Amino acid sequence: MQDPPRIPELIEAVREFLERDALPELRGRTRFLARVSVNVLGLVLRELELAPAAEAAERERLAELLGRPVPDLDEGNRELCRRIREREIGLADEALRAHLWQTTLAKLAVDQPRYSGCLAARERLHGGRGGAA
Amino acid sequence: MAGPSPAPPSPPEELASRLLDALQRRIPGAHGVRNLARLSGGASQETFAFEAETDRGPLPLVLRRSPGGAPRQGGMGSTLSLEDEARVVARAAAAGVPVPSILFVLEPADGLGSGFVMRFLEGESLPRRILRDEALARLRQGLAAECGRILARIHATDVRGIAGLESVPPELAVERCRKLLRAFDVPRPVVELALVWLEDHLPSPVPQTLVHGDFRNGNLLVGPEGVRAVLDWELAHVGDPAEDLGWLCANVWRFGERDRRVGGFGDLPDLLAAYEEAGGRPIPPERVHWFEVLAGVKWTLGCSTMAAAFAAGSDRNVERAAVGRRASENEIDLLHLLDPAPPGTAGGP
Repeated sequence: MQDPPRIPELIEAVREFLERDALPELRGRTRFLARVSVNVLGLVLRELELAPAAEAAERERLAELLGRPVPDLDEGNRELCRRIREREIGLADEALRAHLWQTTLAKLAVDQPRYSGCLAARERLHGGRGGAA
Repeated sequence: MAGPSPAPPSPPEELASRLLDALQRRIPGAHGVRNLARLSGGASQETFAFEAETDRGPLPLVLRRSPGGAPRQGGMGSTLSLEDEARVVARAAAAGVPVPSILFVLEPADGLGSGFVMRFLEGESLPRRILRDEALARLRQGLAAECGRILARIHATDVRGIAGLESVPPELAVERCRKLLRAFDVPRPVVELALVWLEDHLPSPVPQTLVHGDFRNGNLLVGPEGVRAVLDWELAHVGDPAEDLGWLCANVWRFGERDRRVGGFGDLPDLLAAYEEAGGRPIPPERVHWFEVLAGVKWTLGCSTMAAAFAAGSDRNVERAAVGRRASENEIDLLHLLDPAPPGTAGGP
């Protein structure tokens, strides 16, 4: 077992350093890339926090859709893709649509929680804030 | 002066010196290159701004080049050489499209790779400023219509004889997306669903025209009085004119202004009316919608392409890595387009 600080705390420390100390010293393209780096570390922190529950929920919905257990999320998604591609399941299927909205919102809660399409979707699906965030 | 011998010229110095040689062969009185600064670029293409010092004063210019002269690797199959890009830009200018004027095309003797040098134009091209800057408020009011008029001219441009301009009809674009998706080998149910929808709703064929291929907020250089130039012609091809309108409307290019469908600054009826008035063949809104879905698929895969280039080591910078995580933005946009009444909402079942 590793000693503290824990991984999220270490990442947060680096993020703070970049944002507070390094960024003001930088110019031009380097400054831009440092800004991107700050955002990437924020994304990593969100993924560490949210991914376990999001993947468990995705697995459960996939199992329901496929009618069998989904031990491997990647494999389950491949099977879903095959069924969509071969038109065995499609837009007419309400459970599929619900699954894709929820899965995509969960991805965005990590990747880009303030994206306009994400905010609009949350509003439509949950009648306001909250939801996947 | 005593001291260590001077370091060998760093690449920017060598670039500046070759650039000066190239200028002196074409511009009488050119005697210096100043303020050389890289604007953007990936592994296969670079853009620099610089000032040529001439006897008549400084001349602000832009160099667009592929350093090794290698063909560019646009993720969505950009195959247009920089030489052909220069030809397309010149033809578009002749058709009345505002573009930066090209001074000369590089030759092997220049030792700069392939590419061209064009005039630097003052103006604003940052999308968020175009959408929010007070000084551009009046511009925004008329911008959708102006885009319609410019697109009509682009689509009327005579491009006969430019051999490198590929023809990409809608069904080929969809097929390419399928291939690209397969090549990534990452399961993407939303994209699969969108591809099935695109295949099942292919638009009827219309006469093909020049298509800019990346006509959007971000590639328009504007001033308070209007559009000064349409930039970045590297994805130009021949195809369905509605493709440019669908791309311009894609939510990812609205930069947060979701309710203004045209680039985040305007409304579709204004774009379509001005397009038609300027001689463009009438385009029904559902055709724009089809190409908006295609845009969502293309940009999802475009994000993945850039991230894959990073992972493969050909273009290692954090921006490229991060863009892979913007694929999901396009997937939520695709769902909005394909499923206007999601389950469990007021409009849904």
